[in-house]
Amino acid sequence: MLLMQQVCSKPERLAIYRIRIVQEIDKIGVQSVGIVALLSAFMGAVITLQTAANIDSAWVPRWTIGYTTRQSLILEFSSTIMSLILSGKVGSNIASEIGTMRITEQIDALDIMGVNSASYLILPKIIAAMLIFPFLVVISMFLGIAAGALIGPGSGVISLTDYISGIQIYFEPFQVTYTLIKSVVFAYIITSVSGYHGYYTKGGALQVGESNTRAVVYSIILIMISNYIITQLLLL
Amino acid sequence: MVLQDIQTSFEKGKVNFIIGISGSGKSVLTKCVVGLMEVNKGEIEFDGRNFTIMNHRQRKEIRQDIGMLFQGSALFDSLTVEQNVMFPLEMFATMSKAEMRKRADWCLERVNLVGKNNLFPSEISGGMQKRTGIARAIAMNPKYLFCDEPNSGLDPQTAIIIDNLIREITYDLGCTTVVVSHDMNSVMEIGDSINFIHAGQLWWKGDRREILFTENKELNDFVFASEFMKEIREIMQKESKR
Repeated sequence: MLLMQQVCSKPERLAIYRIRIVQEIDKIGVQSVGIVALLSAFMGAVITLQTAANIDSAWVPRWTIGYTTRQSLILEFSSTIMSLILSGKVGSNIASEIGTMRITEQIDALDIMGVNSASYLILPKIIAAMLIFPFLVVISMFLGIAAGALIGPGSGVISLTDYISGIQIYFEPFQVTYTLIKSVVFAYIITSVSGYHGYYTKGGALQVGESNTRAVVYSIILIMISNYIITQLLLL
Repeated sequence: MVLQDIQTSFEKGKVNFIIGISGSGKSVLTKCVVGLMEVNKGEIEFDGRNFTIMNHRQRKEIRQDIGMLFQGSALFDSLTVEQNVMFPLEMFATMSKAEMRKRADWCLERVNLVGKNNLFPSEISGGMQKRTGIARAIAMNPKYLFCDEPNSGLDPQTAIIIDNLIREITYDLGCTTVVVSHDMNSVMEIGDSINFIHAGQLWWKGDRREILFTENKELNDFVFASEFMKEIREIMQKESKR
């Protein structure tokens, strides 16, 4: 709480913070597009195939495959699972970057200059992640569903018409809003938890490694807890 | 408790040394003085301004008068040499980008790093990193310059270059410099005033001439640790008696 108070205090130079936010959007978001795209595409394809493999009954319509793929991606995979993956990539990167700055006295150098080091280092990352995560989620949803549309008909388990019917049926736009809200909360959790563990690193390289591990583990735990709370609050 | 009953002052416009064995508390003392660590009791004053009771905003103002060279240079890895020097200017100075660049060039010229503007810290030697650290520390024209082990990890020749640079900058800019070191070469080369810290206390204070003839046992053990230095001391004492 004390760190967050320090992080959210008035910045020294807004222009510099704006530049830092753009740099962080590139580092946290743009540089994660590749892994998000790859995982989402494969996950969309696999969900389609697995659903098809598990639906044997003639009573269950084939469009259920498209419907299940869409629901799985929108409700859980694109926001929650993708955030768990990004907590490993982005979270450990933040914790190690700030932790290394701490042990090499770079944070002390900022403090000596009179710069609010916590705010300068952590705030742009939090804002950048909260802005860019929803875009990553949208990319993930789109590519996952598109991959299902490609692999399902391609492997002969479902026709394209059935798949498209499935992804359109019973669609509730609020579910997209719900998943975007989750992504913003998860972005805050990943960056603030990782920033905290990096900022309070003491010791040497070993401790930086431990901070990374703690940052990822606590981020994952908090993501799962908040996922449950948000779902309880927004969907039921 | 790491430090206790330390009462000292640093001479204005001079090179002041804090010396002592490893673990004696000299770095802690410096960190307390610049506010990186808080003191449990006592006062720290900068030209009569009580730093210990200042609020965050007042401390921020004082800190803009402080320049510090860290033991490991503490340069920002992601920034070039020039960007490192310009960093405090960008954060606090009210000048145009061109003026900042001009100031950075002046600082780099002052530490003999002309033409190294676009190199990253990982691309320059340890001595150059220290000089970049000094350039960054003097960018805001500080009143107080703190140097934590400026010669650690440097060869004797480079160490003397850094020592001379610290002395020149102190006299040219008129700032009060505090150097934390256990390098007796540096102390004897540029030390105007010397504070010897032992067991968390100020054990001895004097200048570089007095240090050679002191009877303080702990200080002698520290300064004349080797047999060679002991022999030199005996020769000097005999010379002075003639």
